[in-house]
Amino acid sequence: MVGIVIVSHSQKVAEGARELALQMAPAVAIAAAGGLPDGGIGTDFQRICDGVEAVRSDDGVAILFDMGSALMTAEMVLDAYDGDIPVKLADGPVVEGAIVAAVSAGAGMDLDTILASVRQAAQVPKLQ
Amino acid sequence: MASTAQVIKLLEDMSAIIQENKDFLTQLDMPIGDSDHGINMARGFQAVTEKLPALADKDIPTVLKTVGMTLVSTVGGASGPLYGTAFMKAAVAAAGKSEVNIDDFIAMLSAAIEGVKLRGKATTGEQTMLDAMVPALEAMEGAKGAPAGDVLAAGLAAAQEGVEKTKDMIATKGRASYLGERSLGHQDPGATSFTLLLSVIAKAYA
Repeated sequence: MVGIVIVSHSQKVAEGARELALQMAPAVAIAAAGGLPDGGIGTDFQRICDGVEAVRSDDGVAILFDMGSALMTAEMVLDAYDGDIPVKLADGPVVEGAIVAAVSAGAGMDLDTILASVRQAAQVPKLQ
Repeated sequence: MASTAQVIKLLEDMSAIIQENKDFLTQLDMPIGDSDHGINMARGFQAVTEKLPALADKDIPTVLKTVGMTLVSTVGGASGPLYGTAFMKAAVAAAGKSEVNIDDFIAMLSAAIEGVKLRGKATTGEQTMLDAMVPALEAMEGAKGAPAGDVLAAGLAAAQEGVEKTKDMIATKGRASYLGERSLGHQDPGATSFTLLLSVIAKAYA
């Protein structure tokens, strides 16, 4: 089952998105990699690395991220990653994307299908 | 020519100038960003300072790569991956060198800029650090052949002009992009911090 890492500038946002996603898919491994080690706002390279290790599975890991340095720091984690499982960035909104990714992972979908589902979540209007 | 010892001294001085300008850089970031550039850079360079003593017997690429990794790991904001990439790319450009001369430095800055462009998916004219880095590189390439001090002085003057010009730009990258036209009139914090770092090198060879 694909694991999920949620990267946010805020630990509370990452934890909150994880909490919402786990409610829908309690069996999925989800790591919240938010904020800085001192509790401040920002994104932390090591926290993201630890998150990937914490949820690693042979099926791969999807990383969701919010803005700015979250993407750049996550990209650097991918550049530095030398493990043998696929780890990819999921392009979509953090909260809705985490829920979509978790439900999809829980349903046994593969990594690329999950990434496509998260991308689609960005395109669904909330007001019809 | 700069040896490992001289590069380490420059890095110590860079750390000092960032600590001295911590509040200034944060103030620049307040109206257009998330008010953390000075704090983040100071945290990152403090960590660099702590790593330097253990690097005294390493070659220049190893020193620069360690600086880059340290900044990525400790800065916490966008300047972490950006300056981290810049130092790591400079390290690659200096591969195999136990000393670097001014032409090597120009090649290292060029590699750093390419890294920053790729990492930030940015180019000039977007109110970023590139608006100081690229003019500095162009001026130094134009001054090639002159004594190192003159080349660096030309680069620094161009970087300072570049910082001024960021006031006439509308940010399309980073947190300031959410402000749109309200980013006009503000000098970019990243372009400013780069210029501070370059000023340390220019001063050492003046």
